[in-house]
Amino acid sequence: MTIQFNDETFRDDYTFRNSEWAIRRFPFPFHEDSYMYSVNMERHRGGPEGSVYEKRFDVDEHYISEMRDRAQVLADDPLRCQSLPHMTLAGWDLLELIMVSKSEDYPDLFELHRDGATWRWVNKPLGIDDTFTFMDESSLPYGPMEYITRQTQGDFAVLDQRENNLWMDAGMVTTQADWSLDFDIGMNFFEWHAPVPMAHEMGVFKRALKFLLNVQQGSPARRLNWTMTVNPLLDTSPENYHKWGIQKTMLTPENVGRKQHLRVELQTFFRLPRSNALVFPIRCYLIALEDLVTVPKWGRRLHRVIRDLPEELATYKGFIDNRPMILDYLSQYDDGQTTSPGIWPDLDTEPPLRR
Amino acid sequence: MSTFDFPPSIASRPTYGALAPRAGAAQIMLADAEGAEALLAVAQADPELMHRAHVIYIPKHTGERFTDPLRAAAPDILHIAPSYPACTQRLHRVFSAAPMGAQIYLAGTEGLIGQAMALALQIGIPKSAIQTEHRGSVARRVQCVHCKGITEDVMTDPFQCGHCGLNLFVRDHYSRRLAAFQGVCIDAEDPGNVPPSVELYS
Amino acid sequence: MSAGLEKLPVIVTAKVKLNDLVTRFEFAHASGKALPPFSGGAHTVVEMQDGAKTRLNPYSLMSDPMDPTQYAISVRRDAAGRGGSVFLHDKVQVGDKLMLGMPVNLFALDLTARKHLMIAGGIGITPFVAQIKQLQTTGGAFELHYSARSQALASYADDLRAAHPKRVNLYLDDQNQQIPLERLLSGQPPGTHVYVCGPRGMIDWVLATAERLGWPPEAVHSEEFLAPQSGKPFTVDLAQTGKTITVGEHESLLEAMEREGVDAPYLCRGGACGQCETRVIAHDGTLQHNDHWLEDDERDGSKIMPCVSRFEGSRLVLDR
Ligand code: FES
Repeated sequence: MTIQFNDETFRDDYTFRNSEWAIRRFPFPFHEDSYMYSVNMERHRGGPEGSVYEKRFDVDEHYISEMRDRAQVLADDPLRCQSLPHMTLAGWDLLELIMVSKSEDYPDLFELHRDGATWRWVNKPLGIDDTFTFMDESSLPYGPMEYITRQTQGDFAVLDQRENNLWMDAGMVTTQADWSLDFDIGMNFFEWHAPVPMAHEMGVFKRALKFLLNVQQGSPARRLNWTMTVNPLLDTSPENYHKWGIQKTMLTPENVGRKQHLRVELQTFFRLPRSNALVFPIRCYLIALEDLVTVPKWGRRLHRVIRDLPEELATYKGFIDNRPMILDYLSQYDDGQTTSPGIWPDLDTEPPLRR
Repeated sequence: MSTFDFPPSIASRPTYGALAPRAGAAQIMLADAEGAEALLAVAQADPELMHRAHVIYIPKHTGERFTDPLRAAAPDILHIAPSYPACTQRLHRVFSAAPMGAQIYLAGTEGLIGQAMALALQIGIPKSAIQTEHRGSVARRVQCVHCKGITEDVMTDPFQCGHCGLNLFVRDHYSRRLAAFQGVCIDAEDPGNVPPSVELYS
Repeated sequence: MSAGLEKLPVIVTAKVKLNDLVTRFEFAHASGKALPPFSGGAHTVVEMQDGAKTRLNPYSLMSDPMDPTQYAISVRRDAAGRGGSVFLHDKVQVGDKLMLGMPVNLFALDLTARKHLMIAGGIGITPFVAQIKQLQTTGGAFELHYSARSQALASYADDLRAAHPKRVNLYLDDQNQQIPLERLLSGQPPGTHVYVCGPRGMIDWVLATAERLGWPPEAVHSEEFLAPQSGKPFTVDLAQTGKTITVGEHESLLEAMEREGVDAPYLCRGGACGQCETRVIAHDGTLQHNDHWLEDDERDGSKIMPCVSRFEGSRLVLDR
């Protein structure tokens, strides 16, 4: 299909909206009625047609507007994109991975023409047509990682692999769930996950690291993570928390369905061939509760998950104060009927809401 | 005694050991204030090693208390510096000339240990060539995540950022590269509602 | 996840005898496509069809990592080994088709290093050949010290010296030349990393000397592929698949599982990567651990690395 790109904002007047199409394909993260941390990795080798899992780098209706928002964030704070000196080779790896994937997966939107080291990249949605020399930084307007991630939705953490650990040594981070690249750059896997409660004791990160160290070239992996955000604000950075934190207090029973969003991260992991680094794209999808509950199964399940979530996790995810109001709203969409296993909407088989 | 037992914390928060003599191609030691006690303990355990060491010492409030004992331990080179910034260039020079196999000993406050460690790592000295021992003040270096300004010797939580004036609470999340803990606005969701400051670890 | 899933069909484009022991094989993609780039130090597992038997041997890639048109490996003929290298030398010819595993790197350059100090013994030169090509492209500082039995057996020494006269040093046993290791490891600037690939004795020598001179472990890298050792045949019960299999004298436990169609993960087939780690459910006898992976406290009978380790006794039950 050809994508109709939205003209929308993720700040100030918040004109962001999901179309019917975007709602149906939303990556709902709960495969059962409860949630606990787990490594829950699977191979990233496509998925059902039209789903966000189908392509290596999903492009959707928010593409152009998200890229505009990213450019704005970077203009305000260039430290959101950084690369330690030894990560340039990984940057070229990433540029190649994305250009090859997008031109193969979306031939109507992106083109890559390679003649030896001379590459021509055409990005039709953003109106870019650049010719450059592969592995020659001076031939691009930015470093290779910054160049390509200014044109790709989602945050990017580029991880160096050494000493049997992964090191966050480069990244493009403008749509993060409350962590600071500028602060975390250079940390190892355990250090940058240090603030996450409970999971360390459960050995989750040890297992996850072991898995990630073994991700092989040509065999990417993926998992989902989630949190809650008031307003469709992409840039929930700690840097700007003193500005956006107040928005959390502006929920009312009248506006909660419209303002409260479930925020889901589709995290993927690719081995980068020339540098042996690992890239960790973190793609953020937002959905307003009022849109989410149009899928009866999701409305029922989200209510149960939020209700039963341990206090520490609700605190860490930053919605502990608003939880009662969110539950009041969601409870209207939970009629107690059982839900089918798995994450898919199952619109044809799940019963409509009983009032 | 100048030691302090830090309560267990998260994985990014540095932990400190006790300095022990280690064979190596060169011996480089840096301490501030009560950190001298840790260097003197190394000298006692291995006087020969101390005779080969290059020691840089910043007495701070301890005045002359440790300078004479350090001199008596007879290091190869002893440099007394009035402050960390005053000796950074020298330290850079000494670290850069250290061959692989050199052993680094850092003792004293977290701010000193952290900054010297960041410098050593930046020059390429591997982390496990560096031993650390905390002594003396538990004051922290804190970076304001909002304005990026670093405030030295923070003793209370919350505290006011010396650069942008926001009221920050001090997290245990720590960046080795910045040699600083993270400070985050405490009243973002309820402006003006700032709890009273308490002394760190009190 | 079984690692061998992604494979590359290739065709042998050249077979070059370098000396009495070593032959180089060059490959191109069987359907003319580009081969994936890789990082210096990576290996590939070569899959050979030797009659009914499938042989899987890991070899370091030594071609230019940036060159998508070909891969190259160098194979030392190991007459005492279990036959993979002899099969390649004697049976595989230009034009033959083989399957290669995707490149996997267990001996990567540490890209944070300010300088790379490489120490090679004999056929251990091969990963360094690719790493040096990588550093040529990216501009990293390196120094190679290469020891071989004789000039004739010093594979690639001439090429390397011609390309990098100031950085490549050769030491020949038959001329009584020895790598001046102590001196080399004593004056390196901060940020130098040392890498060694060669026979076990050489690796031990470098590791011990580096440790004695105060080198921290994260700056010292080594690679040794263990060849699976032969041993008495033994029988294994596989709990998940419900199969009982017999491991022959000259095959590994991993190979026996593969022969029986059991999905068993691997990456290095040399006891180094940890991918094949398998839980031991019960055993009555002695586990013969030959790997570099398990910690000492894991060698208590709870785990085994089937790519290199064996068993002697009456009963072994594995979680596969
Ligand atoms: S396959 Fe690598 S340790 Fe067994």
